[in-house]
Amino acid sequence: MSAPLIETRGLGMRFGGVQAVRDVDFVLAERELRCLIGPNGAGKSTFFKMLTGQLHPTSGTVSLRGRDISRAEPHEIARLGVGIKTQVPSVFDGLTVRENLWIAAARTNRGARIRSVVDAMLEQVGLAPVASAIVGQLAHGQRQWVELGVVLSTDPELVLLDEPAAGMTDREVARTVELVREINKTKALIVVEHDIQFIRKIASKVTVFNQGAVLVEDDVEAILHNPTVRDVYLGKKVAA
Amino acid sequence: MTARASSLAGIAVVLAIGLAVLVLTPRLFELDVVLNVTVYMIMAVLALSLGLIWGFGGILCFGQSAFFGLGAYTYAIAVMNMGESTLPLVLSVVVPAVFAALLGYFIFYGRISDVYLGVITLTVTLILFNSVNSTAGPEFHIGSARLGGFNGIPGIPALNVPFFKDWQVDLEGMFYLATASLLLVYVALRALLASRFGRVIVAIRENEGRAQLLGYDPRVYKLATFVIGAAIAGYAGCLFANWGNFVSPTIFGLAQSAQIIIWVIVGGRGTLVGPIVGCIGIQWLTAALGANAPSETAGWAALVGNVPLILGAILIGFVLLVPKGILPTLGDLAAQLTPRRAKAAR
Ligand SMILES: Nc1ncnc2c1ncn2[C@@H]1O[C@H](COP(=O)(O)OP(=O)(O)O)[C@@H](O)[C@H]1O
Ligand SMILES: [Mg+2]
Repeated sequence: MSAPLIETRGLGMRFGGVQAVRDVDFVLAERELRCLIGPNGAGKSTFFKMLTGQLHPTSGTVSLRGRDISRAEPHEIARLGVGIKTQVPSVFDGLTVRENLWIAAARTNRGARIRSVVDAMLEQVGLAPVASAIVGQLAHGQRQWVELGVVLSTDPELVLLDEPAAGMTDREVARTVELVREINKTKALIVVEHDIQFIRKIASKVTVFNQGAVLVEDDVEAILHNPTVRDVYLGKKVAA
Repeated sequence: MTARASSLAGIAVVLAIGLAVLVLTPRLFELDVVLNVTVYMIMAVLALSLGLIWGFGGILCFGQSAFFGLGAYTYAIAVMNMGESTLPLVLSVVVPAVFAALLGYFIFYGRISDVYLGVITLTVTLILFNSVNSTAGPEFHIGSARLGGFNGIPGIPALNVPFFKDWQVDLEGMFYLATASLLLVYVALRALLASRFGRVIVAIRENEGRAQLLGYDPRVYKLATFVIGAAIAGYAGCLFANWGNFVSPTIFGLAQSAQIIIWVIVGGRGTLVGPIVGCIGIQWLTAALGANAPSETAGWAALVGNVPLILGAILIGFVLLVPKGILPTLGDLAAQLTPRRAKAAR
């Protein structure tokens, strides 16, 4: 049997006195779709940063297809096929939408192929009408789409989405759900999301983080009926 | 007009103006004016070098004059030893580039922050200045070239046509060479910026973290930009050593470094024409103020004749009132007047 796409062992991250992530054993199969939930400050974004090399873990290891990437640099991990949409949108604000996608597509493509990838992506994320707009001048929701397009334009094999639906309208959220399903036809994904309706629609396996550790891992319906999970996280929201 | 067409139109305008200057200046003006214009052109090449690394690469280097000075001194020392100028010309580009590669390696791979990058490049410039300045004694010589300390090196042999030692470039020839060099460097940088490499360095300037998460190693790109900028500055230094047949440590000095930064601020970061305009404009202004400076040293008249003071005032005025610089501000105005055609002349 070959190694899983992502495997962490005893993964931990400590910031001074704060243990942001502790002892996480996490496995993701090829082409799997996983949701990551948990209250604010549970360590989800920190976990993502360790998967992408933005932070080097203070304990434990991260492996990508059996290869230890715990100390690798972000650009090295990106070149192994991992793309991330960060929680705070990170795009090239001074450039146009098209230029943003071009930079991404040019990393993995050459010549005329770059342009065709960009054109296809503009259609896929619905940004063709604003292709020549400067990204910094777009609305927050549209910048989220730009970042999604940028991440997908490098054609990664694992896509990490940190709260992709934040600040989106209902229609945009529905479109994001559709897009996640589309992406999942060819790629593995981990999605951090607060919106339970969103997770229900994706209907995938869910990992619950609490205080930096994995609380439980199960199918979405089982998670929604798990009393401990309701206690630490969902209680208020499901009741509401 | 598409972006590509307007960008080509911009290059065409710059080339047309450049060729007009190239052809007309020696025909319309006396030799002293031609000599002045020559040094403007040489300094504009230097301005372009910082325009690239700061304006596009986002690397604020206080030591561009160090590369300029290294280029000038390398040429002077090499040509005095070799006689023939082909290899000295090449060395005047290669030596600053190698120096920048070593310095840049420690800066970029050592993850030194932007502030310290400024401090380090400034310090290196001062060290070079002081070192060269204190080589006045006869014991300081490289081969047959005496370094001369603060007195500088006079009587530097002029460039010759490559491999033809007796076919030397005269004063008018220097004008043609300097102007053609400026045009060539401009066109080459335009091509570089339109390439994948150029787009990536701009992306890194815009958002280094994002570029890295897409798989680009910012250190490699910044180092390469730094080295290209140093090579261009070194070439400008070689031209400068030829212009006056003389080099002295002041070209490493703080004042020189500050000037280059002022040219780029006034002309505009993120453009290539901007640093050229800023450089030529300020040099012309400096010369005009200096020539008209009254001889008495008291009262308001002295104030008008105080060139550094006026340059300082211009710099502060620009930073406060026209922070983007002349060219980008003109571009914004044009964009407001003609919507949808924002990015014409760069
Ligand atoms: N760079 C940092 N320095 C110090 N503490 C941090 C840093 N980043 C995150 N933390 C802390 O780590 C914990 C987990 O944060 P985070 O991973 O952002 O949680 P989540 O994404 O689940 O909301 C929080 O207590 C947060 O304050
Ligand atoms: Mg978070």
